Amino acid sequence: MSRRPSILTLLGDRGGAVFVGVLLAAAVVVPVLNLAVPPSSPFHVPTHTVVLVGKWLTYALLAVALDLVWGYCGILSLGHGAFFALGGYAMGMYLMRQIGPRGVYAHPVLPDFMVFLNWRELPVAWWGFQHFPYAMLMALAVPGLLAFCLGWFAFRSRVTGVYLSIITQAMTYALMLGFFRNNFGFGGNNGLTDFKDILGFSIQAPGTRAALFAVSALALASGFLIARAIVTSKLGKVLVAIRDAESRTRFLGYKVEHYKLFVFVVSAMMAGLAGALYVPQVGIINPSEFAPANSIEAVIWVAVGGRGTLTGAALGAILVNAAKSWFTGVLPELWLFALGALFVLTTLFLPKGLVGTLLGFWPRRWARSHKPGLSASVAQPAE
Amino acid sequence: MDRLTRLIAALALFLGFAGLARAAGLEEALARFAVDSYGETEAAIAEVAATGEPRAAEIIKALAEGRLLAAPDRRVLIRDTHGIIDAVSGRAVSAPPDGLKPVRVNNRVRRAIDSALGGLTLLSQDPAKRLEAAQATFKSRNAAALPALETALRRETEARVKRALAEARAAIVFLAEDQPEADRLAAAAVIAERGDAEAQALLRSLPPQAPQRLREAAERSIAAIENRLALLAQVQNVFYGVSLGSVLLLAAIGLAITFGVMGIINMAHGEMVMLGAYTTFVVQEIIRARAPGLFDASLVVALPLAFLVAGAVGVLIERSVIRFLYGRPLETLLATWGVSLILQQAVRSIFGANNREVGNPSFMSGSFELFGIALTWNRLWIVAFSLSVFVVLLVVMKFTAFGLRMRAVVQNRRMAASMGIRTPWIDALTFGLGSGIAGIAGVALSQIDNVSPNLGQSYIIDSFLVVVFGGVGNLWGTLVGAMTLGIANKILEPFAGAVLGKILLLVFIILFIQKRPRGLFALKGRAVEA
Repeated sequence: MSRRPSILTLLGDRGGAVFVGVLLAAAVVVPVLNLAVPPSSPFHVPTHTVVLVGKWLTYALLAVALDLVWGYCGILSLGHGAFFALGGYAMGMYLMRQIGPRGVYAHPVLPDFMVFLNWRELPVAWWGFQHFPYAMLMALAVPGLLAFCLGWFAFRSRVTGVYLSIITQAMTYALMLGFFRNNFGFGGNNGLTDFKDILGFSIQAPGTRAALFAVSALALASGFLIARAIVTSKLGKVLVAIRDAESRTRFLGYKVEHYKLFVFVVSAMMAGLAGALYVPQVGIINPSEFAPANSIEAVIWVAVGGRGTLTGAALGAILVNAAKSWFTGVLPELWLFALGALFVLTTLFLPKGLVGTLLGFWPRRWARSHKPGLSASVAQPAE
Repeated sequence: MDRLTRLIAALALFLGFAGLARAAGLEEALARFAVDSYGETEAAIAEVAATGEPRAAEIIKALAEGRLLAAPDRRVLIRDTHGIIDAVSGRAVSAPPDGLKPVRVNNRVRRAIDSALGGLTLLSQDPAKRLEAAQATFKSRNAAALPALETALRRETEARVKRALAEARAAIVFLAEDQPEADRLAAAAVIAERGDAEAQALLRSLPPQAPQRLREAAERSIAAIENRLALLAQVQNVFYGVSLGSVLLLAAIGLAITFGVMGIINMAHGEMVMLGAYTTFVVQEIIRARAPGLFDASLVVALPLAFLVAGAVGVLIERSVIRFLYGRPLETLLATWGVSLILQQAVRSIFGANNREVGNPSFMSGSFELFGIALTWNRLWIVAFSLSVFVVLLVVMKFTAFGLRMRAVVQNRRMAASMGIRTPWIDALTFGLGSGIAGIAGVALSQIDNVSPNLGQSYIIDSFLVVVFGGVGNLWGTLVGAMTLGIANKILEPFAGAVLGKILLLVFIILFIQKRPRGLFALKGRAVEA
């Protein structure tokens, strides 16, 4: 059965179609409700909500990226926060260069923290970051390159399972230690902040924030579609085969490490994009984004939503972060209890996650279209 | 002299026979102060100083300040803040004789006083004081102290002080241009033997116009000392590394059981360490409140309690969460991470987010010096402690019934079950043992680290790396892994700085795991997937 990758096949099932539809609608409707509807109207969406939900959308993109490697290829990365943060730093460096002479020390080129550290010249790593396209390229390329190097070594020497998890965790931990150092050249523990504008628009303006929201929604939708394209392709089937029986797949003649490397790099670049969109919305990037705890938290978003279901991962990220916002506002003491309980209860009672469990209730209706499902028992038509 | 003899006899009666000779020496010397001639006074200073009496310093000080008085009957007295006292006995004189005159001094006498005062403590009765004086002279290199040094050297009986004196003398002779070259060369050899940074500085301070041979000898010694110091620095780094390694060993050894032997990824392991540290805190608080005298025993009390608390929590976690997740390591990782969040927040809610004060018992505080390396007692205790925990654990694994069953379950669970071993119990107990050892590690770490809810977080990644590096399922691997990482960390630190050293090490381990994915001491097997 030959398949042409039309947009319809990419949407695949009804859930995916609804998901992308909602995102596209939100990308249009929310900015309109925010900017065009007067604050007195009950339909007005306040700017802080726009920013908050925009942030969740970037988290959702990170979750989709993580689901791509974990849910479909069995690679539990505890270092995706590092790719996210690297993308964020690339964007942060662009935004720092845009401040120009408006910084506290009014240096035309050097960001404030470099003047403060008595640096004379811009480090090589910072060259070219005043150009937006270059910075965006780096936001994708640096995480991609790091993932390539790590994956190249790890997958070739068949480091799998928990060992890979520990290595990725050590990687993000090492990066965190590095970025905390002042002489590493990326702002030390204060990180990068005090951004002024992006592409000439003030970063504080409601219009910019609404636009960033729309871009985040579009990025999530396209990230979802790319991931969808990968997992529904023949390559996606090999990935699922690797997840379920790596050795068997290797014995069948597939170059397992190539498949893994490909999906790992794509996922890292997606995470980098998410980070790049995250930073202008929250207005700061600092080394604590590399903290191993952040990466593990991203894993639980995927687990709650349902790994192996891309929509589930995105929904999980949004749900958990909505709960986090609510808890830290109302019962800040209890949030860590709730998060901890979420980890335990999800793994014990909802191994397929919310979406995966819901899909399990209506197996026949969904099985037709939702092919690379979580469990191997879902019927797989022969190619 | 008649009266003097009588006085001596009276004094001898009073002080007892032992003090006779010395007191007499001081008395005779003092008498020369009363002659009222500068030459005699100068000689008297030297004699008083040479007696080495405890009172000699006070007498000479009084002379310098013009408080030393001579009576017409040649008795010598001192004017004190309270009145007149006898120079020899130091007792107050109720009826001072008439015609007291201060002993006069001129510049020459003042020089003699200075040099005598410097040398006096060299002759003190207290060896610690003599040692201190010798070391001070070594630093000051005051040439005027040379005669006093020679005297002291001749008298000295204690080897330690004698060496210090010889070094002080050598320091003066080495720099003195009026000394014969052979003596200065000998002095240079003595200094070189001392071999520390101060000796090096002294050798460096030789003026360039010094004789050729002396300069060459000094340069050779400087180079030798440099080598020695570099070696010492390395030895010190290795000690620090062993100390860090034993901390890592303590933190990782429980993990080596749960992860290495059972294959459970226990992300809450760090929190077991934290529970142990907080147990110590609670024990110390209770002891402080109820029985402050037993404070030194607090750690001994805390050890079994920490083992029980952490072990019980471990068994609880195993029974309630982990047993449902066997065979799904990644899920176990997530669930135990959740448990660790809950435990952290629970401790934060109970004890507060701030660091808690845990005291060092007296036998663990302080430090001592060995070959110029400062070693702290608490580090040494922790090295000894972690090694003994290791040995005990090894014995439990090898020679007890529980250890035997544990190894049987690890090797072949179904066969072990068929032989009548209750594998669920073994699982729970093994996990409890690993957690309990983490609790014990917490007691030790509370002595060198901040006790805060985040205590465990700082060790968990390092511990995992140690276990993975050393090889899973092998306690010896954990020992070697911990020591290697600890020592490598400390040796890298001087070159790369603490943080960069750690990063380099992480990168190294990441590369190492690529090369040997099963660690240093891998269990051999034929499985495609371990």
